[in-house]
Amino acid sequence: MRVAELLTAAFLMGLSVYFMIHAAALPIGWQQGAGPGGGAFPFWLSVMMLVAAGGIFLRQAVGLLAERGSRRPFVSRVALRQVLIVVGSLLAAIALIHLVGAYVAIPLFLVFYLRAMGPVGWRQTTLLALITPVVVFFFFEVTLKILLPKGITEPLFIPLYALFF
Amino acid sequence: MEILQHLADGFALSLLPLNLAVLLLGVTVGLFIGAMPGLGSVNGVAILLPITFLVPPASAIIFLAAIYYGAMYGGAISSILLGIPGASTAVATTFDGRPMAQKGQAGLALIAAAVGSFVGGTVSVVLFTLFAAPLADVALAFGPAEEFALVLLAFTTFLALGGDDVFKTVLMILLGLVLSTVGLDLISGQPRLIFGDLPGFYSGISFLVLAIGVYGIGEILWTIEQTQHKPQVMPARIRFSELAAGFRALGTSLKAMASGSLLGYFVGMLPAAGATPASLMAYGVAKSTSRKPEQFGKGAVEGVVAPETANNAASTGSLLPMLTLGIPGSPTTALLLGGMVMWGLMPGPMLFIEQPEFVWGLISSLYTANLFAVAINLALIPLFVWSLRIPLPVLSALVLVLCIVGGFTPNQKMHDVWLIAGFGIAGYLLHKLDYPLAPLVLALVLGPLMEKSLRQALIAAQGDVTTFVERPISATFIAIALLLFLLPLIRKLRRHLLPGRAAASSRSSA
Repeated sequence: MRVAELLTAAFLMGLSVYFMIHAAALPIGWQQGAGPGGGAFPFWLSVMMLVAAGGIFLRQAVGLLAERGSRRPFVSRVALRQVLIVVGSLLAAIALIHLVGAYVAIPLFLVFYLRAMGPVGWRQTTLLALITPVVVFFFFEVTLKILLPKGITEPLFIPLYALFF
Repeated sequence: MEILQHLADGFALSLLPLNLAVLLLGVTVGLFIGAMPGLGSVNGVAILLPITFLVPPASAIIFLAAIYYGAMYGGAISSILLGIPGASTAVATTFDGRPMAQKGQAGLALIAAAVGSFVGGTVSVVLFTLFAAPLADVALAFGPAEEFALVLLAFTTFLALGGDDVFKTVLMILLGLVLSTVGLDLISGQPRLIFGDLPGFYSGISFLVLAIGVYGIGEILWTIEQTQHKPQVMPARIRFSELAAGFRALGTSLKAMASGSLLGYFVGMLPAAGATPASLMAYGVAKSTSRKPEQFGKGAVEGVVAPETANNAASTGSLLPMLTLGIPGSPTTALLLGGMVMWGLMPGPMLFIEQPEFVWGLISSLYTANLFAVAINLALIPLFVWSLRIPLPVLSALVLVLCIVGGFTPNQKMHDVWLIAGFGIAGYLLHKLDYPLAPLVLALVLGPLMEKSLRQALIAAQGDVTTFVERPISATFIAIALLLFLLPLIRKLRRHLLPGRAAASSRSSA
């Protein structure tokens, strides 16, 4: 827990320095008669962020020296496995959308996720994996006229476009 | 009587068939979302905002407000039947709702919650109607300096009343503000903070991307981690005899309802407080003023009525500053505000002048939403009991798909979807370390207004900083903000100087 606190605070400190460098691309000083320049607002806020994150870091570090820290694990082993499945399958699904499009990625994601996460039967899984993309297609593409990315499966949809538009 | 005229005009809009249909749908969806453990109004509004592109802006906002309302009713359902709050706003409802269900009075508890919600909602909507126009009139006099001071005041309420770690709260506010500056500089038009020229950042980071990430994906991760065992659903059936008994029992909790409504409404208006603390406070007040305080925690009807009245009143209360001042009173209203800006309806006093039919349409829809929510809630209880049995994997899978597709919809950029995933993971980690997320979302929504008003005020005053303290309204706001900013420090000092007494008083003021 303590280590996670320290890492997060350190990460946020790094992030604020990173923001400061980027914000400094625009004038950060006071412009005569017009107030702060374009980069000032993000720059000085990032400076304050650095101070706040530094405060959290120091407080945790002092605590580490004083009481040898709370040794409570950041996340339990069982929960970690589940969280990693969710994060992993989510990122994989988004990456797959680039490659093979939403209508292949979403069913694949559903099948993997439902089977890996819990006792969901094959019948229910197949049903959900088949119905969800159809509902998504009719809601987003047909009704809202928003085309989802299709990757290499784009040619397969041309007859459908001809049918619905 | 001018208000009644406005309200009648509003009903003319909100009772159009389309608006009535979206209202019904919104309330029902909201009830389900509220009933689902882990999902509350803010998650529902974040995840479903993209699908409202289907209908005109006014109907979309009515739909989202109806979800907000419905979710406040729905939260009680899982608090009572599962013993797990359906949303953080219904935490206090578990204290007596669960014991009642265990005694076999689940039906009575659900009726009490629904009726309490209705009373709280109705009283606060009436108060809302009376206060909205006068407050908007006052706010008309606000210039950039006042706007800046007001935003500052909104943020400092988090420090004084948020109850979270001060450093972490400050850090989250600042992070939200910095993220809001990504994109093109408002005044010079130059790009800034675009991270190595990534084209996706030129248009800035949409509040929706952060909200779907944090409240959609982040919340799902959090719920999955927390729910490692299956809770038991309590059976609940409602018979007409119970309905009658329910209404009779409510006669005794009139006092709890009255205090819950008022407390909820006024606490709800504060950006940092909102429905959760309001319901806890109402529970406390009901307990201390009750004739039978020893019954509390063992299944007292008043213990269910008070928090439910308060959380509904608070949800209406938090709409007041959002509509009249453009300062949201809760994370959910922050999302509503972001949605309205996206549709070109800039909340604030000018909205009452430029779009009166929309404003009063929305207000009148709250009356109808209340009525429908209580009716649907009571009629569909068997359905909600069934829906609580939907396995978490199925629910979370569908929410995740909706997050991906819904995140893509507004700007049609995969860049946004990756950002959502990133914010989701970051939000989960921050939540685990007790970083408050509401100020982060609020800061991202209010950031552009804060920077714009700061720089406009300074340009108008030719770079003279004293403009913020020379204008009386702005000076007042800044003084209060300063006081709230120093409050945590003062509290700490008092605790050091007077250890025993201060600890007790700080607990009662928290």
